[in-house]
Amino acid sequence: MIKLTTPISEETARSLKVGDEVLLTGTIVTARDAAHKLMIEERPDFIREHLKDGVIYHCGPVVKKDEAGEYSFVAAGTTTSSREEPYQAAVCEEYSVRAVIGKGGMGPKTAEGLQKVGAVYLHAVGGAGSLIGKMVKKVHTVYKLEEFGTPEAFWVCEVEDFPCVVTMDSHGGSLHKDIAAASQKVANDLMGL
Amino acid sequence: MELKKAMLELMRRATTDLSKDVEDAVKQAYDREGEGTPAKNVFGTIIENIGLAREASTPICQDTGSVIIYVDFPVGDSEKKYREAAEWAAAEATKLQYLRPNAVDPVTCKNSGNNIGTNAPYLHFHQWDKDEVRVRLMLKGGGSENVGAQYKLPDTGLKAGRDLKGVKKVVIDAVQKAQGQGCAPGVIGIGIGGDRVTSFALSKEQFFRKLGEQSTDPDLAALEKELYEDLNKLGIGPMGFGGKTTCLGVYAGKQHRHPATFYVSISYTCWAYRRKQMIIKGSEVTYD
Repeated sequence: MIKLTTPISEETARSLKVGDEVLLTGTIVTARDAAHKLMIEERPDFIREHLKDGVIYHCGPVVKKDEAGEYSFVAAGTTTSSREEPYQAAVCEEYSVRAVIGKGGMGPKTAEGLQKVGAVYLHAVGGAGSLIGKMVKKVHTVYKLEEFGTPEAFWVCEVEDFPCVVTMDSHGGSLHKDIAAASQKVANDLMGL
Repeated sequence: MELKKAMLELMRRATTDLSKDVEDAVKQAYDREGEGTPAKNVFGTIIENIGLAREASTPICQDTGSVIIYVDFPVGDSEKKYREAAEWAAAEATKLQYLRPNAVDPVTCKNSGNNIGTNAPYLHFHQWDKDEVRVRLMLKGGGSENVGAQYKLPDTGLKAGRDLKGVKKVVIDAVQKAQGQGCAPGVIGIGIGGDRVTSFALSKEQFFRKLGEQSTDPDLAALEKELYEDLNKLGIGPMGFGGKTTCLGVYAGKQHRHPATFYVSISYTCWAYRRKQMIIKGSEVTYD
């Protein structure tokens, strides 16, 4: 198990390989569909300091606001990453992002971006909302809550020992590509193609 | 019995308490995978999460889904009161963090904040001859909904003709394309025949069946069994990490089609397969 702490250097990101299991501690930023579109269309500066050598988390959490106005995550598992395929490589490059956490993997455009920037794709277990919610120790701040709504806002938060597996690395390796190729062979046999 | 509170309790149960048939299937999948494999680790995490959500009464998955409700009601009953109760319960469940606000206006892209909007929650009404009410609730996540697909037979690329062999091929193709993106292992609902709308509706209604419950139609029961075995040969595994379990169950339903059309609709639901029902008889409510 590899301990990763934010900020993550390019050198550290490049040292990771597909199959490595990591425990991530530090600051991560949730960003999904509306956030990625915004980051490409408007390249906003407000999120820059949180993403430099930082981590994007594909997640739309269930959030509680207590009486003192403090936010906490009730459930916070991964959302499907492939929807960010058109944007991810450019976002990583623009903001020097070193890791993207999601589920389901991403495609060739992102794979190329990870190689260029020096970043990795980390897979967490999709649907494990309650469990991952407990690993989020503190919500620091939120951007675009009113405009985007709870699931789509940028939540900047602190995680401790968040378990992930590297499934795409900066050397062109992708577990998703390998599994899809292997299962396609089986599917073709089953379909008689 | 207060209808709106019963509806809220139904939602709480659906989002926090995974049904036994699904949990058992996940546990069996855990037992099948080899020690130390990523697949076994994923199932271990899933099982831990299921227990934690039930214990803490928090959502199993942060995507608490679209709220889809089917109401079967006796003659003379009013649809309106069920719609009002469903809306109240959805808004209340959102306040209590049982549900994430998941209703977004597609034109303004504004989230309503309380799961209420045009046609949200989705309600389907059906009048029946019984003197009791059945309310069935499905919370269906967006990731798994996105990997659903509709095919029309024949399909040249897949060499899929207008027969059950052709149906099998397109289902295999859909599950192969889904990979881990719908939070595998999934449960597959298949609608054969009908028009485009009723075909998808039929595929989704299959999810109210219990895992392991076979179709009463022998041809469809055989199709379900064969597909269950074939799909689990694909090796996609939980979350697409590779492994022996790609699907937890396959259900198929059929309806008559127009001579010119042959639709096969595939609905996919994730392992966090959340559906519950309640029966209201007089002032008594029973949940399952």
